[in-house]
Amino acid sequence: MALSNVFETPAAGFNFDNTSRNAALEGLFDGGQTPKPMKTGTTIAGVVFKDGVVLGADTRATSSEVVADKMCAKIHYIAPNIYCCGAGTAADTEKTTDLLSSNLTIFSLNSGRNPRVVMAVNILQDMLYRYRGQIGANLILGGVDCTGNHLYTVGPYGSVNKVPYLSMGSGDLAALGILEDGFKADMELEEAKELVRLAIHAGIMSDLGSGNNIDICVITRQGVDYIRPYQVSEYKDNRKTKYKYRPGTTPVLTEKVVRLKLEVVQESMQRMDTA
Amino acid sequence: MEKRCTDSQVKGVSTGTTILAATFDGGVVIGSDSRASIGGEYVSSKTINKVIQVHDRIFSCMAGSLADAQAVTKAAKFHLSFHSVQMETPPLVIAAASVLKELCYKNKDELQAGFITAGWDRKKGPQVYVVSLGGMLISQPVTIGGSGSTYIYGYVDAKYKPNMSKEECLQFATNALALAMGRDNVSGGVAHLVVVTETGVEHVVVPGDKLPKFHNE
Repeated sequence: MALSNVFETPAAGFNFDNTSRNAALEGLFDGGQTPKPMKTGTTIAGVVFKDGVVLGADTRATSSEVVADKMCAKIHYIAPNIYCCGAGTAADTEKTTDLLSSNLTIFSLNSGRNPRVVMAVNILQDMLYRYRGQIGANLILGGVDCTGNHLYTVGPYGSVNKVPYLSMGSGDLAALGILEDGFKADMELEEAKELVRLAIHAGIMSDLGSGNNIDICVITRQGVDYIRPYQVSEYKDNRKTKYKYRPGTTPVLTEKVVRLKLEVVQESMQRMDTA
Repeated sequence: MEKRCTDSQVKGVSTGTTILAATFDGGVVIGSDSRASIGGEYVSSKTINKVIQVHDRIFSCMAGSLADAQAVTKAAKFHLSFHSVQMETPPLVIAAASVLKELCYKNKDELQAGFITAGWDRKKGPQVYVVSLGGMLISQPVTIGGSGSTYIYGYVDAKYKPNMSKEECLQFATNALALAMGRDNVSGGVAHLVVVTETGVEHVVVPGDKLPKFHNE
């Protein structure tokens, strides 16, 4: 059984301990406003097609008005047959998906079975619900298992929805328009990839927080095709000069070497018993 | 996402809903709409399922915060399943309602979720129970809940008769849901209806455009 908390089993029932801690923390800041975390300001989308699931994401990570990362990977590995796109606070989506992936690997090793998408969703839901929305992770989980092709969304408060197509992030409304218009049940692979590409492209064009390249991840029974980047941004900058400093650019004026006086205080030897 | 969470009291996705349950001669009809909204402004899902099967012949409709309601329902399903294994018999509808009530009452400060539990059991036949936000549990022959219910109290009071036939009760429930969805902005989508009798469970889904129309000029 894979628990959302590997190291210690939580006490039975709901555990709201962290809410009082959070309330106390908020009181420490002036005006009661906690500092704002870095957000991915994203467009992510997913579509179920005939043979599997296609996930797509842009690659821009912003820190207020500056683009912090132009080639950020927003499609995270969960299991060989399950991938997850994350929108919201970058650190939260990274760590949550990492934890989930570790849990599922341990489960796979213990039980000898491939994890099911619904199991990943349940673990995520439990984890996010326990933190009462303080973990800012809006996730799209897609995967193929023995029961079929599945696409789920998990919100930061722990709400879950199973859908055939979906978009999340700051550019979700633009992408959703494309998906609502173009989605058909049981599409072919190329159709599905094109639809997701158009959806992410709409998000990139209409939203300031999304941009740069488009990553696509296709999951089918046969395997996973993680195409990074699927489409490179046509707005590439051409740097006129090189910004690397060659050795010797900064002249050394003086050099002083001070030997550290170290003495051996204690030496102990422990025999390793390998017999 | 935060820009859409304006002044709603429910944090995150809200079911903002219309749910109902009614007993008829030999069973119960449980129904709900399928809209989930954020901040009363954005429809985050048009097809959310609010009628959850907690046991073979017992269903529960959720209202309030979607995250809270889903978490409570999950816990309730587990407790009921365990209870039924221990007792070696299917649980009573009141047991299901009590499980939900315990969770809602004990955690009333942190939770924002209400439920309508309905089903059939061998001891008392078809029953409907309401678990309110604070954890009150009462039994009624017909009950409505959610934000859309305010618009159909008159209709339900006037039109409900005890011991209707299954078809009459289904029509009554469909009409009630259609009227509520027509007036409440946070209820909509399709109408999910479930008919539970001693012999089995029947799901009826009525798409939005096939719902009965009432003076929709």
